[in-house]
Amino acid sequence: MRLNRSGYLIREGFRSIGTHGFMSFATVTIIMACLIIMGSVTLLSLNIDKVIKDLENQNEVVAFIDETYTEDSARALQGSIETIDNIATVEFVSRSQAFDAFMENYDSNLSEGLDANVLRDRYVIHLTDIARMSETKTALEGIEGVDKVKAHLDYAKTFITVRNVVSVVSLALIVILVFVSVFIMSNTIKLATFGRREEIAIMKMVGASNGFIRLPFVVEGLVLGILGGGLGFLAEWGVYELLTRKLVGSIAGIFTVVPFAQIALPMLIAYMGISVLIGAFGGVNAIRNYLEV
Amino acid sequence: MVEMKNVTMVYESSRTEALDNVSLSIKEGEFVFLVGPSGSGKTTLMKLITGEIRAKSGQIIVNDFDMRHIKRRKLPKVRRTLGVIFQDYRLIENMNVYDNVAFAMRVVGARRKEIRERVPYVLDLVGLEGREKRMPNELSGGEQQRVAIARALVNNPRMIVADEPTGNLDPVRSLELMLLFEKINDMGTTILVVTHEKELVNAFSKRVIAIDNGHVVSDGKGGYFDYEIE
Repeated sequence: MRLNRSGYLIREGFRSIGTHGFMSFATVTIIMACLIIMGSVTLLSLNIDKVIKDLENQNEVVAFIDETYTEDSARALQGSIETIDNIATVEFVSRSQAFDAFMENYDSNLSEGLDANVLRDRYVIHLTDIARMSETKTALEGIEGVDKVKAHLDYAKTFITVRNVVSVVSLALIVILVFVSVFIMSNTIKLATFGRREEIAIMKMVGASNGFIRLPFVVEGLVLGILGGGLGFLAEWGVYELLTRKLVGSIAGIFTVVPFAQIALPMLIAYMGISVLIGAFGGVNAIRNYLEV
Repeated sequence: MVEMKNVTMVYESSRTEALDNVSLSIKEGEFVFLVGPSGSGKTTLMKLITGEIRAKSGQIIVNDFDMRHIKRRKLPKVRRTLGVIFQDYRLIENMNVYDNVAFAMRVVGARRKEIRERVPYVLDLVGLEGREKRMPNELSGGEQQRVAIARALVNNPRMIVADEPTGNLDPVRSLELMLLFEKINDMGTTILVVTHEKELVNAFSKRVIAIDNGHVVSDGKGGYFDYEIE
């Protein structure tokens, strides 16, 4: 295809957006609406996932050191603990630190006649994946000098179940929404091109190739897709910022939300990718039937 | 040039036999009227020539292309050798007269310079000089049909195929249009006009192919009177 002809066809694509103003507006709006719904469900599931992960992180494993070990020899065990797979953080808590923490929580009368030696040196450990808590517990118990390991396996199981349910439900919702959105957007573009079947028939009759007829529709679909995707992204950003600001205000200190800046780039790529694909394929698919002449 | 040998066309959906063993030949530079009553097979014959449908059997050669075996992607090449005109003009409503005609040249990849030179020449030829900027809805039926003729002519086709081109025009405009076709034919372009307007056909001494019930029932000079439609 010659360059001046491609230029003409691209200009035609842009011109067509203007001449079919209402349908262009409808297409952009539908693409925007579908992406906002899809994006909102994704953001909601990301935040639920984050809340669960935060709660998981609070679920710590405590490894108590043999009481015959001195503090120095207890500290020396840190290296062995860190070599175990699935350990995220390890923090040494000495007898006296543990005693002080205990005293903060209970009445001082209770401590009469007690000293730090009634407690043991310990390590407070956070795991990378709490689903592997049981095997990590066994590995910790295998280290010489570790006397006892306290891990809430039942809590871990509950978190894993909740996280799995949330993941499956969100994934199913997103997949359904993607299909529904593609269907709606493709039909809107189809409707937009239905009014132009006569124009396509004339093009065929004067000897236009399918590629010649298709290119302006692809350009049009791409431009509308980019517009819909871009506006959808901006709208989603605005709504998310507004909602999270209100939410953070009301539940401050309990949960933290995923900041939009952290997900902005992947989200923008996903929005643009989906809308460009839908726009281009929508354009091609919509006129396919009219090309069979 | 059109060569048809033993062409049979059956519409599978309705199992209707539209053409039965039709053979005819239209030579380069001829002016031919194709006449017949409604449902006789005229439109089917036209669609076979333009490649909109394919025959079940027989042989059809249009401007050196084998229309029964031509690949779908090659159809635009055949259509560029034809200029097709319809009863309802089929102009693009949101394009002005100039663009409706120039559009047919852009489709075949003509350069801007060629378009700038050729379109005014063709518009002048069909009597539409000065109307370049008008939109189709600002023109009379006769003028709209002239735009359609200009569009059909602009790529210098070997043959013009016109399906009931005067169907929406009054007798004076119809006659003017036929005179225009005659002028185009004099310049060397083959003309095939599908019509059922007896007076118009008889006003010209051209070859008339009459078709009825899917068969060619008469073929020769002399006019419509050779074949009376009931």
